[in-house]
Amino acid sequence: MNSQQGLALEIAGLVFAWPGEAACLDIAAFSMSAGEKLFLHGPSGSGKTTLLSIIGGVLHASAGRVKVSGVELAALGAHARDRFRADEIGFVFQLFNLIPYLSARDNILLPCRFSAARRRRIADAGTTPADEAQRLAARLDLPPELLDRPAMALSVGQQQRVAAARALIGRPALVIADEPTSALDADRQVRFLDLLMGECAAVGAALLFVSHDRRLTGHFDRVVNLAEMNRAIAEIAA
Amino acid sequence: MMRLFPLTLASLWNRRLTAGLTVVVIALSVSLLLGVERLRSDARASFASTVSGTDLIVGARSGPVQLLLYSVFHIGDATNEISWPAVQRIAARREVAWVVPLSLGDSHRGYRVVGTSADFFKYYRYGDRRALAFAAGDPFGPVFEAVVGAEVAARLGYREGARITLAHGSGEHVAEHGDKPFSVVGVLAPTGTPVDRSVLVSLESIEAIHLDWQGGAPIPGLKIAPEMVRKFDLAPKRVTAVLVGLENRAMVFRLQRAINEDTREPLLAILPGVTLDQLWDVVGIGARVLLAVSALVVAVGLAGLVAVVVASLGERRRELAILRALGAGPRDVFFLVAAESVLLTLAGCVLGVALVQVLVFSMAAWLQANYGLAVSPGWPVGREWMLLGAVMLAGLLASLVPALRAYRQSLADGMMVRM
Repeated sequence: MNSQQGLALEIAGLVFAWPGEAACLDIAAFSMSAGEKLFLHGPSGSGKTTLLSIIGGVLHASAGRVKVSGVELAALGAHARDRFRADEIGFVFQLFNLIPYLSARDNILLPCRFSAARRRRIADAGTTPADEAQRLAARLDLPPELLDRPAMALSVGQQQRVAAARALIGRPALVIADEPTSALDADRQVRFLDLLMGECAAVGAALLFVSHDRRLTGHFDRVVNLAEMNRAIAEIAA
Repeated sequence: MMRLFPLTLASLWNRRLTAGLTVVVIALSVSLLLGVERLRSDARASFASTVSGTDLIVGARSGPVQLLLYSVFHIGDATNEISWPAVQRIAARREVAWVVPLSLGDSHRGYRVVGTSADFFKYYRYGDRRALAFAAGDPFGPVFEAVVGAEVAARLGYREGARITLAHGSGEHVAEHGDKPFSVVGVLAPTGTPVDRSVLVSLESIEAIHLDWQGGAPIPGLKIAPEMVRKFDLAPKRVTAVLVGLENRAMVFRLQRAINEDTREPLLAILPGVTLDQLWDVVGIGARVLLAVSALVVAVGLAGLVAVVVASLGERRRELAILRALGAGPRDVFFLVAAESVLLTLAGCVLGVALVQVLVFSMAAWLQANYGLAVSPGWPVGREWMLLGAVMLAGLLASLVPALRAYRQSLADGMMVRM
């Protein structure tokens, strides 16, 4: 919905190397269509953190093109990339996603502080950030009375759902979930995944799901192994 | 940026114990700085108005500061005196409204005796042109009556009717004018000036007790009984200094020049305000040192602030990384951390000002009573605002240390910290 080309993510000829070191990331081509649910796996050291940082615009590719929702990140300055990340990408990490001293509600509302685009999209949908936070929380099985508690008073499962609601508020084009279920037990993993996927579909966001846990692959449109895709690693391995 | 401000507040509230202690440390140092400055300026004002309403002080030719010291502060001794005819010539000038002669040299149990005229009580002014007030009794009569300053009365327990004897000179081994006792007829209210430490008698009394003296010692074989002194001419022959008031202040420089250039007798006329300022340059050093030390204490307080905020960054790496993932730039992180330090400094300054108000308010009466120091409560004035501005500026500079560190840290960490 945010991309005329219909691609949430488009990577071509991406190379990344830390200063003075050999390339640690080398991807010929990788893309995600709008709304696609993609499972990315790979062992430690296969370049996941680096890749996610580049897509998020925190790291700058040494060469190649990275487009998120049709926007070339290399064309943006550092400040504009931060702004763009606030507008179009939602992140859910493995643990400790929340600002501990803010309430669950204020955590969900945080992206609206940084992104005018998210605030505008919420207004366009005829609602307010507070109502939207409440609605998303309800959809993610978070009871309203929980929203006023400080984040550190919530269980790990509740914290992950608050993080998901925060990633989704204001309809970003892409949600990146980095091992979001590894701290949950098996039942809750599937339940969390269902909720996350359902809401991604509802807001039209593509989901880039990074995990070691191959049992979850069945829920996804596509599965990609980064170790195979990353030529910098593949060469070393071969 | 302003949208991040509530986050700064929430973050500080989360660390309210350390943040609160930091504010208290800064507040204490700021109140010390402001308190010292308030005392310094009030002490200076009080010092500068030890004599007010007197346009010129005239004495024998010496240095201006020396003349001021012995005539007003009763420190040191005059090397020479003024003849009574010279005093009368000054009093007779058209531009002169009044003269108050001062005759020094005797003492009473360590306190200086000031021989003067009853006009002293009428014309002497201190502070904001305040006149001397009697706590009890009345001015002295022609002979053998004394008025004591507040400190003399309090320390020696004198009230109206007390009998005292004066001593010749002011050293340790002084000869007593034991044959001619004085009775205390009045006690002055505290002024915070050297008047508090004076015993005031008439010029005629000074003449009377020295009738049978010569060259600083009793004349052997000559005894003049107190009842007999009135038969002698008690008009003063010489005095130590003269306070002069003018009809019109604009004439002060002309009169000063006329007195200084008088060829009949070598005299020195000084403007008390100008010479008090010169003297303050010397005695004010202690106050300036105190102020400098207070400034150092503020610097220590700000160093503590930097230490506390820098130490907090370690445990907040995760928090700052989350903010990065949500779209905060390194500049936002910089602003967030800098705003914390600036806010703590500001809170410290506000609390410090309040603390000074409370202290000044609760201690003003005690300072006035015990030291005659008029300390004024009220909003910060002039230099105090400058000092507060300097503290805020220093706080702003200090805030750069943790802010730059957080900026660099958030550039290096990005949005993912594995901890």
